[in-house]
Amino acid sequence: MDSIDILPLVWFGVIAFGVFMYVLLDGFVLGIGILCGVAYGEAERDIMMNSVAPIWDGNETWLVLGGVALLAAFPPAYTVLLPALYLPLTGMLIALIFRGVAFEFRFKARRKLGWNLAFVLGSLVATFFQGVTLGAIVQGIEANGAQYVGGSFDWFSGFTMLTGFALVAGYALLGATWVVMKTTGLLQDRAYRWSRTLLTAVIVFMALVSVYVPFLDGNYAERWFGFPHALLLVPFPLLGVVVSYFLYRSVAARYEYWPFLLSLGMFAVGYGGLAASFWPHIIPPHLTIWNAASPPETQSFLIVGLLILLPFILFYTAWSYWIFRGKVGRDMGYH
Amino acid sequence: MHLFTGRDVFRRLYQFWVKIFAVSFGMGVVSGIVMSFQFGTNWSVFAEATAPVLGPLFSYEVLTAFFLEATFLGIMLFGWNKVGPKLHFFATAMVAIGTMLSAFWILSANSWMHTPAGYELRDGVFYPVDWWAIVFNPSFPYRLVHMVLAAYLTTAFVILGVGAWYRLKGTAHEASRVMLVMGVAFVSIVTPLQIVAGDFHGLNTLEHQPAKVAALEAHWETEKGAALALFAWPDAEAETNHYEISVPNMASLILMHDWDGELVGLKDFPASERPPVAPIFFSFRLMVGLGILMLIAGLTGLWLAFRGRLFDARGYHRYLVAMAPSGFLAVLAGWFTTEIGRQPYTVYGLLRTADSVSPVSAPSVAATLITFVIVYGIVFGGGMYYILRVIRTGPGKAPEHPVPDPYATPARPLSYPDEPVGEE
Repeated sequence: MDSIDILPLVWFGVIAFGVFMYVLLDGFVLGIGILCGVAYGEAERDIMMNSVAPIWDGNETWLVLGGVALLAAFPPAYTVLLPALYLPLTGMLIALIFRGVAFEFRFKARRKLGWNLAFVLGSLVATFFQGVTLGAIVQGIEANGAQYVGGSFDWFSGFTMLTGFALVAGYALLGATWVVMKTTGLLQDRAYRWSRTLLTAVIVFMALVSVYVPFLDGNYAERWFGFPHALLLVPFPLLGVVVSYFLYRSVAARYEYWPFLLSLGMFAVGYGGLAASFWPHIIPPHLTIWNAASPPETQSFLIVGLLILLPFILFYTAWSYWIFRGKVGRDMGYH
Repeated sequence: MHLFTGRDVFRRLYQFWVKIFAVSFGMGVVSGIVMSFQFGTNWSVFAEATAPVLGPLFSYEVLTAFFLEATFLGIMLFGWNKVGPKLHFFATAMVAIGTMLSAFWILSANSWMHTPAGYELRDGVFYPVDWWAIVFNPSFPYRLVHMVLAAYLTTAFVILGVGAWYRLKGTAHEASRVMLVMGVAFVSIVTPLQIVAGDFHGLNTLEHQPAKVAALEAHWETEKGAALALFAWPDAEAETNHYEISVPNMASLILMHDWDGELVGLKDFPASERPPVAPIFFSFRLMVGLGILMLIAGLTGLWLAFRGRLFDARGYHRYLVAMAPSGFLAVLAGWFTTEIGRQPYTVYGLLRTADSVSPVSAPSVAATLITFVIVYGIVFGGGMYYILRVIRTGPGKAPEHPVPDPYATPARPLSYPDEPVGEE
């Protein structure tokens, strides 16, 4: 194997990692936003938003990294995916705009209702469209070379609606278990109840998606049930069952940290299962990581900097989480 | 400054401006995310052609700048009681460095689109050959300096405007003095520098994009000792100017530093290669005119300071209040000039704008464009409202009690007797 074979592999790993970081980190923040819709009163919303206010911005940056790294390393994937999902992605971006400014504006507003709505609906819509995007990639996107050739609404299907709702439940679960970890008292009690309900919903959605995928067009069925690819895929449903069992137990036993960590584990399992089912495609059914790779000059120029900078980023991100560790009160806002 | 002098006024000023910074940063972040996607959603053919060259520049911006800003901004805004003053200063410095790095990469990418270099064009795709030449492309140093100075000047004039307004109202005495002194010192040094930087940038543009210069001067005929049009009504159909008031030889002097220099006119470029004349003719004049008004503001401020009247000259304070948005206007006018001026190309001379767009249906584009206009209207309107309210409230007195640290009382029970239970 020379660099032309290895670089796309490394890049696939990097982008998969970046998107995964985004899903985990902004996932729980968006989940908080969704749950703010069912919180009692401004006090609970204050606490929930304060628990993520110092870190949400860095979390969202992983999405930008995913976007520009895809552009740099796999241009055709980027130039096919984005026009194909023009409307859902635009919807997601607008929702993220409202979600993002709500953090700043709500703190300064006297009447909070409008920005509460912006925060809750922004989080909800952004999450839903991210789920739709995921579903649309899994069901495949028609392309000719590096340009999209389908219609404006090809992304709309039963499957993408299912993945949209599934992600809402998933992010809300991450959010609920984060609230468990960061709060005490009544709010924490409620977060335990949210976690239990949402866990049930997530398990149902994961099962539905797993059953649906083999029936989609493309060769998912033979991957899932054919030899030897099935060997690669078998661990994921099994792991899913194990992790959700322990997650259920940890919520019932009122552990504080384990529910959040195990929810992250659930996401890792689901994400890994999806990645394994369409490997080595980056955008099924036409673009693989080999035929979508940008020239080696580009991939190698960027990978050098990336491998140097990424550890720093992870280090200071971890450091900022460490600074803001512990339980959050209502009065922790702006100084 | 608070860290070095211990003077409380600096801490209050920091905490006052950091609120405004937070609001504008929030708006900047969310609109920035949209940009990183629009290359694909709306300009996918452009993205396909330029990704091997521009993709890494954007990625380096995210890696070196965005993460740095976003993470340390959290510590800067919320960490006042969590980290020591030195560490907090460090976080603030990281945010400042992040914004500089961001300007570096994004202007490098933008400049490359104006003056592409270090590439090889094969089958309609730009392949990188020399990264040094790509990043430090011919117009990049000029554009970077011009834009960074412009950003600092914009901020300085906002600070001066706010400080002057407090003087007029007679509030925030100590803080407004600091704002005026620091602002006047800054603009009286930086405005002349900016005018020199702009001049260099102009020379560079003339070398690489002569059609843009001809258009922003609304100059039709090629001639030696070209006149500078102070005012005119450019008519692209008739290829001439109406109502022109001009100064003989001045354009040659400014653009070539030569009284009799030959300026190539628009008629020497085919009509399909010319940018729209009128918009950039006017936006360029607006930018330069604002620059002159800024210079006047700086020099007058210096003169008043030497006479010891800087804090009492009410007329001057009114002038500064009026000048508060001048930086924003000048920056916008400058970007209009350079970006409309490089039409009809996205990559100058190589890739036409009309050939860069995505295969997205027109109704989709129209619907999302209208939506973005409305959304940005709401968001920026809201942002302006909150910023103005922060300004109206003012830096105020130092709070009598330090902001309570929630972690001092970790097991605070979550019962809020004064809080209504249930949805309100």
